[in-house]
Amino acid sequence: MESKFMENQIIQLTKEDFSSDQMVKWCPGCGDHAILHSVENVFPNLGIRKEDFVVVSGIGCSSRFPYYMNTYGMHGIHGRAAALATGVKLSNPSLSVWMITGDGDCMAIGGNHFIHTVRRNIDINILLFNNKIYGLTKGQYSPTTPRGSKTKTSPQGTFERPFNPGELVIGSQGNFFARTLDTNPKHMTAVFTEAARHKGTSVVEILQNCVIFFNKAHELITSRETKDDNQLMIEHGKPLIFGKEKNKGIVLRGTSLEVVTIGENGITESDLLVHNQYDPDPGIHMMLARMMPPEYPVALGIIRSVAAETFETIMMDSIIHEKERSKIKTVDDMLNSGNTWVIE
Amino acid sequence: MTTKKSKVVGLEQVVVRFAGDSGDGMQLTGSLFSDSTAFAGNDFATFPDYPAEIRAPQGTVAGVSGFQIHFGQNTVYTSGDLADVLIAMNPASLKANMKWIKKGAIIIIDADAFNEKGFERAGYAADPLSDGALDGYNVIKAPITLLTKEAVKHLDLDNKTTLKTKNMFALGIIMFLFNRDLKLINDYFESKFKANPLVVDANKAVLAAGFNYADTIEALGSTYKVEPAPLEKGRYRNITGNVATAWGFIAAAERSGRELFLGSYPITPATEILQELSSHKELSVKAFQAEDEIAGIVSAIGASYAGSLAITTTSGPGLSLKSEAIGLAVMTELPLVIVDVQRGGPSTGLPTKSEQSDLMQALYGRNGEAPVIIIAAQSSVDCFYGAFDAAKLSLEHMTPAILLTDGSLANGSEVFKIPRVADLPEIKPPLVAANDPDYKPYRRNPEKLNRYWAVPGTEGLRHRVGGLEKEDVSGNVSHDPLNHQKMIMLREEKVQRVANYIPDQAILGNDTGDLLIVSWGGTYGVMRTVVNKMQEQGKSISLAHFRYIMPLPRNTEQVFAGFKRILVCEINNGQFVKYLKMNFPQYRYEQYNKIQGLPFMIAELEDKFNSILNQ
Ligand code: SF4
Repeated sequence: MESKFMENQIIQLTKEDFSSDQMVKWCPGCGDHAILHSVENVFPNLGIRKEDFVVVSGIGCSSRFPYYMNTYGMHGIHGRAAALATGVKLSNPSLSVWMITGDGDCMAIGGNHFIHTVRRNIDINILLFNNKIYGLTKGQYSPTTPRGSKTKTSPQGTFERPFNPGELVIGSQGNFFARTLDTNPKHMTAVFTEAARHKGTSVVEILQNCVIFFNKAHELITSRETKDDNQLMIEHGKPLIFGKEKNKGIVLRGTSLEVVTIGENGITESDLLVHNQYDPDPGIHMMLARMMPPEYPVALGIIRSVAAETFETIMMDSIIHEKERSKIKTVDDMLNSGNTWVIE
Repeated sequence: MTTKKSKVVGLEQVVVRFAGDSGDGMQLTGSLFSDSTAFAGNDFATFPDYPAEIRAPQGTVAGVSGFQIHFGQNTVYTSGDLADVLIAMNPASLKANMKWIKKGAIIIIDADAFNEKGFERAGYAADPLSDGALDGYNVIKAPITLLTKEAVKHLDLDNKTTLKTKNMFALGIIMFLFNRDLKLINDYFESKFKANPLVVDANKAVLAAGFNYADTIEALGSTYKVEPAPLEKGRYRNITGNVATAWGFIAAAERSGRELFLGSYPITPATEILQELSSHKELSVKAFQAEDEIAGIVSAIGASYAGSLAITTTSGPGLSLKSEAIGLAVMTELPLVIVDVQRGGPSTGLPTKSEQSDLMQALYGRNGEAPVIIIAAQSSVDCFYGAFDAAKLSLEHMTPAILLTDGSLANGSEVFKIPRVADLPEIKPPLVAANDPDYKPYRRNPEKLNRYWAVPGTEGLRHRVGGLEKEDVSGNVSHDPLNHQKMIMLREEKVQRVANYIPDQAILGNDTGDLLIVSWGGTYGVMRTVVNKMQEQGKSISLAHFRYIMPLPRNTEQVFAGFKRILVCEINNGQFVKYLKMNFPQYRYEQYNKIQGLPFMIAELEDKFNSILNQ
């Protein structure tokens, strides 16, 4: 009876159900606006009651996100969004939990929570806004800033090698990793929807542009002139083809990926690697996630999506099992368990 | 089993200390003797003295493991300070424990372990049994190892298994000394080693051998009997502070109708709470072992937002790591209990020793003005009620609470009169009903000033909270100057009003007099014992022992008004006294502080109190 009522509700949900009345205060032109719109488009179509969404975040520009969604939500403290999301989900596994984070929040101060959450495979959806810079504190380098970039704290250029979030996810035994672009709403919507459907931790890296502090950080992959040669839209079951002329592709040569041109050196489409996002072996997925210009195009789409048991399912099963098995049925039973004696 | 009629001497109370190498099974020996003590109807309290290292070299002082039990025919408030009887299984145990025994105490040693090798490992230059250091003690040199081997010879056991049972020989001696029945212990062997009858037989044989040995030798002279304590009718058990803490929360979850969620990270001496709660899935307890202290508390905040009774458990260093997150719980005005099992600090400090040194951290260790409720448990058993009360106040007033216990309470055990859950107070969290048209995230209850708890999944109550300052009532982010001041005052006042829901401060003794002793938290047992004793001697002394630290009970000021002098006793460098000076500067406070990682001793307190009274 209740479920029928819920179905009716779901059918009626629209984008407006999720827009909050709060003024959105991101800079004009910031990639965050487009991401917000895509999420608002995805939520009504997931078949989930609007009361069952919880959006949590840490600190940073992107982490203002929960205030702009009309759902349950919490704006947390720097780096700890993954722990917050974990608590919400474990407390009530029937909620749809979304974590909004940035490259500083997630990869620097929150790096530890991030890898452990991925490793546990708790069913939360992580949207990682990667603008490769600290925006809210006004322009210091982040763990994903390309080496050598001049920022306010690296006047000579950074000395450190950047993290690649996909590598970190797969290295932490992650089962879902996708990459998308703030300039491509259709792609974002599709990827977010898949991420929501995936049971377990899903991480979506969104290459997001900070117009103020690192404008055009993703220029090569987003600008009209260069994008075709530098981005590879991957799709499950399809060969890895890219390029303006759709004549470039990826083959597996030995233990590495190689960029080839169809029609050159006898290469045909059938020689290209066909993407299998469901392959439990992380080898190829890791290689795809690592691809970077200038040698390779950047892979966009769902790189890895492997079914696996989630932490909370195992936890809830364990609770059910213990309830059946244990002699302790009530708190009074516990208090009186073991060695006790009576004073008459 | 007693064959000879030896003289039985009645005692009011006794302290027995078992000491041996880590591998000698002293904790088991002690806990079996505790069970027998319970069966004898005495009140008792125990304290384990674990070595700081996990596997210190055998036979060294660093590897000595001890277990102390204090039992009596009256209420026992502490695990006792100096022992009447010491069992020392090797020279290192004797060396480590000489300072913990009374002059003239009975010392039972395993004479077979007192050899050159043993002395050398223990760091004795010469045989301590013959250099006069033990003059005035009643030393029983029992060839425990040899007689243990004899007792199980017929069973044809390997040497290792044989030696593992020698602690039962020592236990047998003590059982004889206190006129105890062996049946309870033998029953334990039968159920514990059901699968291995040979081990049952070996343990029984060795226990009986120890008992008979004590009966046969003349050295003991007399045996002792402690009459049953006049405990209230009811069912009892032995419980450690950490288990009591865990159970207090489980009971609070039951009485509040909320599921219990623990987010925690292992840390000495708080880990057992996490372990205990991890083993109660049958009662729907969700215990999450996080990747660090911060994730522990933050996951608990997430769970609290989602509607659980959420807690996190730690010790001093972990509380430091959690401070920013406590601020988030203060700002989001969510219920959350943080347990700090205090240990010696600063930094890693003395992890296995107890101290009351986190009071200031609990009160003020956060950025901004972030008041929280603070309760300090006063005994191992009170950890149960402390946890329950902290959960109740936190849930009903929608603000975080810190429960302070300490290493002594956590590891010590006491006799616990098992309550009925239905008799515990009801806990009524201020939940919001679905589609409440008046719901606003920061609208408050006019009396308590708490906001209301709208749980995700509930229709019509979607809202956001977070660490940015909130606008009064609406809960929207606000940087308005006057609103900020108002919210700071509201959060402070909300915590202060908790004083209307806690009992007045009690005074043990007259409410006027020459000297008021003030103490708080885990020192209750020893303070009470000393003050009682001096009151019986007709001294003008009273005790105000504080359990509620923030807010202080409403009558605190009147309590102080009735006395000529006030002495604040703490296991730290004077933190509560500073807090009192700040709150009630009109009084003059004297202080007595001990910061050695050791508890107060009865004698030192008596000396101090008398010296003040005699001035
Ligand atoms: S600073 Fe950059 S990331 Fe932040 S809102 Fe402005 S454009 Fe966006």
